Amino acid sequence: MTLELKYLGMIAEAVGKQEEQLTISVKTVEGLCDYLITEHEQLKNHKFKIAVNHKLVESNFLLNNNDEVALLPPFAGG
Amino acid sequence: MLNDIEKYRYSRHLLLDEVGAHGQEKLKAAKVLVVGAGGLGCPVLQYLTAAGVGTIGIIDFDKVDETNLQRQILFTMNDVGINKAIAAKVRLEQLNPYTDINSIDQKLTTENALELFSQYDIVVDGTDNFSTRYLVNDACVLANKPLVYGAIYKFEGQVSVFNYNNGPSYRCLFPEAPEAGSVPNCSEIGVIGVLPGIIGTQQANEVIKIILEIGKPLSGKLLTYDALNATQLIVNLTRNEKQVKIAQQIDLKTYDYDYFCGIKKDDTMNEISVQELKNLLEKEDLQIIDVRESHEMPKVEALKALNIPLQTIPQNMGKIAKDKKVIIHCQHGVRSMHAIDFLQQNGFDNLYNLTGGIVMWEN
Repeated sequence: MTLELKYLGMIAEAVGKQEEQLTISVKTVEGLCDYLITEHEQLKNHKFKIAVNHKLVESNFLLNNNDEVALLPPFAGG
Repeated sequence: MLNDIEKYRYSRHLLLDEVGAHGQEKLKAAKVLVVGAGGLGCPVLQYLTAAGVGTIGIIDFDKVDETNLQRQILFTMNDVGINKAIAAKVRLEQLNPYTDINSIDQKLTTENALELFSQYDIVVDGTDNFSTRYLVNDACVLANKPLVYGAIYKFEGQVSVFNYNNGPSYRCLFPEAPEAGSVPNCSEIGVIGVLPGIIGTQQANEVIKIILEIGKPLSGKLLTYDALNATQLIVNLTRNEKQVKIAQQIDLKTYDYDYFCGIKKDDTMNEISVQELKNLLEKEDLQIIDVRESHEMPKVEALKALNIPLQTIPQNMGKIAKDKKVIIHCQHGVRSMHAIDFLQQNGFDNLYNLTGGIVMWEN
C-alpha cells in the first residue's frame, strides 16, 4: 500500500524530511513504526504518537491504502 | 456591571453580537491562571488583560534575562533581573487598570498547585518542561479545571484544550513522558521569536471562547502549526478513561514528577518495566511486594503480590526474600523507590523497582 507520511518536530529531523510518500507492505501502525525505526535508527530515541487520517490511533490500528499518517512528538518549550 | 469608562474601553467587543455587554461582563467575572510568563505566557497575559478578563493569576519563579526579550514581549530592558510574574504585573496594570493581577513569584509545586488552581476558572499552560506540564495537567484533573495547553519547538507549535466538559487530558495524548533530555526546550535548541506569539495568541483565543461560551473550543483536538510552511494539522483525540483515572488517583503529596519524567534517577536501584516483569514471571520464581495501602486499586491477581504498606516495611523485613529476585511495586513507582532505598540500607541487594508502578500493567 502507499501511505502519505508527515513528520513533525524532532521526528522530521530524525528522518531528514517533513513528508514522504511511502509504498510498503505492512498491516498495522506498529508494523510501520518497526519499519521506520529500522530505516532511521535515531527514531528509537524518540517518543511519538501516531495520527491516521487526522485521528490519534493505537499501535494495533490497521492501515489502508492512501492513509495519511502523522508522527507527533511531544514539545517541551514554552 | 460595566461602568461608562469600561463600556468605552471595550466598545469593539460590545459591538460584536457574540460578545456584547453580557459577554464583557462574563470576561470581567472570569478568573484565569497563567502558569509561566515566558514566550507563551506573555501574549496570553497581554491579550487576556486587554480583553478585560477580571482576575488574572501569574505564577513564575524565573527572572527576566536579556535572551528572553527576543520573544517575551511584555518585558523591556528595565525588567532584566526582575522576577517575571512581578515584572508582568507592572506592565499589565499599565495596560488595563480594570483587571486584578495576582503575581506569584514561586515555582509551581505539588504542594501549592491544587490550592492555587482551585481559586481560578481556567488554567493556561505556558511552561517549558515536562515535569511541570504533567503536574499542571494532573492538578487540573484533580481540581476539575479546563486547561488551555500550548507547547513549542523551534518553528512548530501545539495547541489544545484539555479537561473540558469531559474531554481528553494531556495524558490521553501523551501517556508517557519522553526520556529525560530527549526533547530540548527553547533555551537549549532555539526558537523563532514570533512562534510563541502565534501559539500563545491561539491559547488566549481559546480561553476567551471558553469564557464567552462561543465557537468550538479545541477540546478533543490537537492543533499543530508549522511556521516555516504556514501549515496546520488538526488531529482528533479521544478521552482515555484509564489515563484520566491515573491523574484522578494521583496523590500530589507523594507523587514525584521529576522521577516520572526520568530526570531523577538512582543508579544504585534496579528498575524493571512491566514488559520485562511479564517475561521474567514465565522464567523464574519471584517474590512480588506491593507497598501500597491495602485498599488501593488496581490489584493484579496474576502477580500474587504480598502487601506490605510502605510505613510497615521496617517491622516486616523478615517477610522479604533474600534468595530470589524481589520486585517491589506501588501505584506509580515512587513509594516503591523509597521502600527499596530503605531496604538496601538494611542489606538487601536483590530488589527491583517496577518502573511507573502497577498502573502501567494494562498499558
